[in-house]
Amino acid sequence: MYSTNYHRPSSVEEAVALFGKGSDPKYLAGGHTLLPVMKQRLAGPSDVIDIAKIPGLIGVEASADALTIKAATTYYDIMHNADVKRTIPAIAHLTSVLGDPAVRYRGTIGGSVATNDPAADYPAAVLALNATVKTNKREIPADQFFKGLFMTALEDNEIITAISFPIPAKAGYAKMRNPASRFALTGVFVAKHKSGEIRVAATGASQNGVMRVGVIEEALKANWSASALDNVKVSDEGLMADIHGTSDYRANLIRVMAQRAVDAAG
Amino acid sequence: MGIEGIGASVVRKEDRRFITGKGRYVDDIKIIGMTYAHFVRSPHAHAKIKSIDVEAAKAMPGVVDVLTGQQIVDDKVGNLICGWAIHSKDGSAMKMGAWPAMAPETVRFVGQAVAVVIAESKNLARDAAEAVVVDYEELPAAADIKAAIAPGAPQLHPEAPGNIVYDWEIGDQKAVDEAFGKAANVVSFELTNNRLVPNAMEPRAAIADYDSAEEHFTLYTTSQNPHVARLVLSAFYNIAPEHKLRVVAPDVGGGFGSKIFIYPEEMVALWASKKVGRAVKWTGDRSEAFLTDAHGRDHVSKAELAFDKDNKMLALRVTTHANFGAYMSLFSSSVPTYLYATLLSGQYNIPAIYTEVIGVYTNTTPVDAYRGAGRPEACYLLERLVETAARQLKVDPAELRRKNFITQFPHQTPVIMAYDIGDFNASLDAALKAADYAGFPARKAKAKAEGKLRGLGFSCYIEACGIAPSKAVGSLGAGVGLWESAEVRVNPVGTIEILTGSHSHGQGHETTFAQLVADRLGIPINQVSIVHGDTDKVQFGMGTYGSRSAAVGMSAIFKAMEKVEAKAKKIAAHQLEASEGDIVIENGEFKVTGTDKSIALPMVALAAYTAHNLPDGMEPGLKESAFYDPTNFTFPAGSYICELEVDPGTGKTSFVSFVAVDDFGRLINPMIVEGQVHGGLVQGIGQALLENAIYDDTGQLVTASFMDYAMPRADDVPSFKVSHTETLCPGNPLGVKGCGEAGAIGASAAVINAITDAIGNNKLEMPATPDRVWHAIHAA
Repeated sequence: MYSTNYHRPSSVEEAVALFGKGSDPKYLAGGHTLLPVMKQRLAGPSDVIDIAKIPGLIGVEASADALTIKAATTYYDIMHNADVKRTIPAIAHLTSVLGDPAVRYRGTIGGSVATNDPAADYPAAVLALNATVKTNKREIPADQFFKGLFMTALEDNEIITAISFPIPAKAGYAKMRNPASRFALTGVFVAKHKSGEIRVAATGASQNGVMRVGVIEEALKANWSASALDNVKVSDEGLMADIHGTSDYRANLIRVMAQRAVDAAG
Repeated sequence: MGIEGIGASVVRKEDRRFITGKGRYVDDIKIIGMTYAHFVRSPHAHAKIKSIDVEAAKAMPGVVDVLTGQQIVDDKVGNLICGWAIHSKDGSAMKMGAWPAMAPETVRFVGQAVAVVIAESKNLARDAAEAVVVDYEELPAAADIKAAIAPGAPQLHPEAPGNIVYDWEIGDQKAVDEAFGKAANVVSFELTNNRLVPNAMEPRAAIADYDSAEEHFTLYTTSQNPHVARLVLSAFYNIAPEHKLRVVAPDVGGGFGSKIFIYPEEMVALWASKKVGRAVKWTGDRSEAFLTDAHGRDHVSKAELAFDKDNKMLALRVTTHANFGAYMSLFSSSVPTYLYATLLSGQYNIPAIYTEVIGVYTNTTPVDAYRGAGRPEACYLLERLVETAARQLKVDPAELRRKNFITQFPHQTPVIMAYDIGDFNASLDAALKAADYAGFPARKAKAKAEGKLRGLGFSCYIEACGIAPSKAVGSLGAGVGLWESAEVRVNPVGTIEILTGSHSHGQGHETTFAQLVADRLGIPINQVSIVHGDTDKVQFGMGTYGSRSAAVGMSAIFKAMEKVEAKAKKIAAHQLEASEGDIVIENGEFKVTGTDKSIALPMVALAAYTAHNLPDGMEPGLKESAFYDPTNFTFPAGSYICELEVDPGTGKTSFVSFVAVDDFGRLINPMIVEGQVHGGLVQGIGQALLENAIYDDTGQLVTASFMDYAMPRADDVPSFKVSHTETLCPGNPLGVKGCGEAGAIGASAAVINAITDAIGNNKLEMPATPDRVWHAIHAA
């Protein structure tokens, strides 16, 4: 690792000010993406601004219509939160199968969503649940937030402060893990909204990161059941192919994981 | 004898320091004035070095020196050697290119060192390494066997035309051809044995400390065999004569074979220490381990098995291409020949076997012994072939094996090995029972009703351990003898130190070797300490690999103990005014049999060292040494049965049960044996389901981190059902055979046989990833 200046601000405003002063600054939350590349000397930021301990960024709030998880809340706190478990248990489940205990103690929802790793779990939940990404500057709808591999609508020096999830009628998540990294080889989040809208999002599958799966949404709209997907053909066009899975295998996994997510959603 | 003797599951003495963080590994050692090395490594699989500019790096803060491959050649440090001479069919010696410790002109694999920075800290060394400018001219690379043997392939070494190191054969080709000519059935297939990265928990490390006043070197290194390291460094690498070189291998965090070999990094550290006049430390990181630790396996084979009309095996014919990587590592040449082809008879009476092995250079990391070394490749090939035969001949796989088992011992196979003893039916019977084989069809049907594909696979393995009779391996080309030495020192107060040439890096020798002493003398194991891993303390030894430490290392201790006991009995008889023949040893006392007269061990020891009252002419002291050279290999064998389910939707495999019945001869510490079996099974399952070292066409290692190289985790493996049968090895005084490699040898075939049974498609290579299994289901 190259030497760097480490900062731990106590407010978002202070973090933003520090970021403005650095020559090549980076925000740090759980650190699961940034620290490994720093250790390998693939990144050498001048300043590392640790926003994971800002009190205003930690916590969960639930209303009748929405579950709001503040950005620096750790996976561990999310999966054990009573409001999360009560309102959207699929998020608690997703979190419980994310990484391993060490990862879950450190990782944050804001860090995951801001990084937009193509195999991360939370982006699938954000997209399928049609969540709103709240930042220190604005509110961004899910459909406008994810812009491709590791790309988001976030501007330079924009910090996610919270994610607000509308509480659905039903939701479920299922994933197949990459045997080596244990990231999602393919994960699918299905949601039946109170409006009746069906949204299905897959992670780990597309070359462009998290994506909605139209053919599955249509089939589930006609019939919300796993068997409704038995003969659905998911195209492998644009899907990733690597040593862990071909694109046709991932296309199959989208369908199979969607079926299991529907079963889990009930 | 006693509750801590042979056969007792005593808790491991060494674990107290390991689990409380008090282990002392190479990287824990600090020497005053120590500097730190960081290597500049090739990013290319094959390239000419046009120039290396070290000036900017030398001017960086904290840099002591920057040294290059040309300098190590100019200083006449020897090239790395391969210590086992193999000859091709035509009688020619194997064809090897030179392997300098740092490349002066040409790099041949990604990660090969070209220069080293010596600096005041690790970080400063790394900073400066980035400032070394190497101008490469890239050459086309041959990244796998197929590419290397293709017409017009890039050539690695001018000494080895066609990238062929040797074209070796064993067995009677004519007899095999005749047998195939009259066969009623022939079963054949092609298969790959996937390449593995050893991944010991502790990466390799070395500290070299040169004392200019004494012209003496000390090397602390992660070695499974420090004496062999000293011998090779001294005799071949021109570092220092043996009496001016001390090699210490302290606590070592796992080896699995990868720490047998002498690597460039410790040679460079020694050379650099003298050059800069200070101690030099190098600690590899995980990325360096992936790129530079000798890899394992990597075979492509074609095999055919001939049967008569009664399903008796007639002959086996095998052609194997073995990938050696870019250079011939220390024991690499022996692995796909004498450690592989000699085991192709398995547990079966096969009258004729013929095997050709073609060793191939590629632009990849060197390949050498890895847990099992050749024997897993042999077992995997043969046991998949036998299972395939059972399916093709439509006979029960257990019965086909039973019909062909060797039942008379000793048994001479057509491929050198003379099996001394075994009972293959006993281990198969026990495994069938433990696996409830009879109930399998019902379980399979039930699983099918639940949408799962259930399968069951066998693997009946045999291995040759206790490596090895020196005369035998010498006649086959080995450059060393493979005996072991031991010294037993009884201290004046009666405590005992055992000095052994075996090296413990996870095997638990500090406990099991003490159990042998406890067993013979009836004293607690805490009165015995095991000294190993330091050439200044132990006179000589051949180290630990090939499951040899019990069969060979402990046999040497046994012999030295006999000598100590004989002398102690003489002293006791003299003290007790009794006849030497009447003295028996019980519970730490020397007793006159049939009387109540006795003298305790500490008093005998004290008498030996005070020498006030010894028998006339006896030398003072109580210390004896012995060398033990085995008379034969040992032949651990067993039966493994794997039952699993495949999820047809994802291709994911879930274990239902895994039964391992092993015959290791006498067990010294059953708990440690079980641990060794578990570890081996996990490595075998890792190879079968998860692990794969993949190079792209340009020779870049795609799986160079744990993000892509899948190491088995606890939840990837089942809770094993481990048990034992016992036939005592007649070749050594303890009747032991060795247990360290069995699991890694036998497990993978059982897993793949079970998956192919479940999915009904035999075309499946390791690792059987969900992706591959799903495709195989849909291709079936």
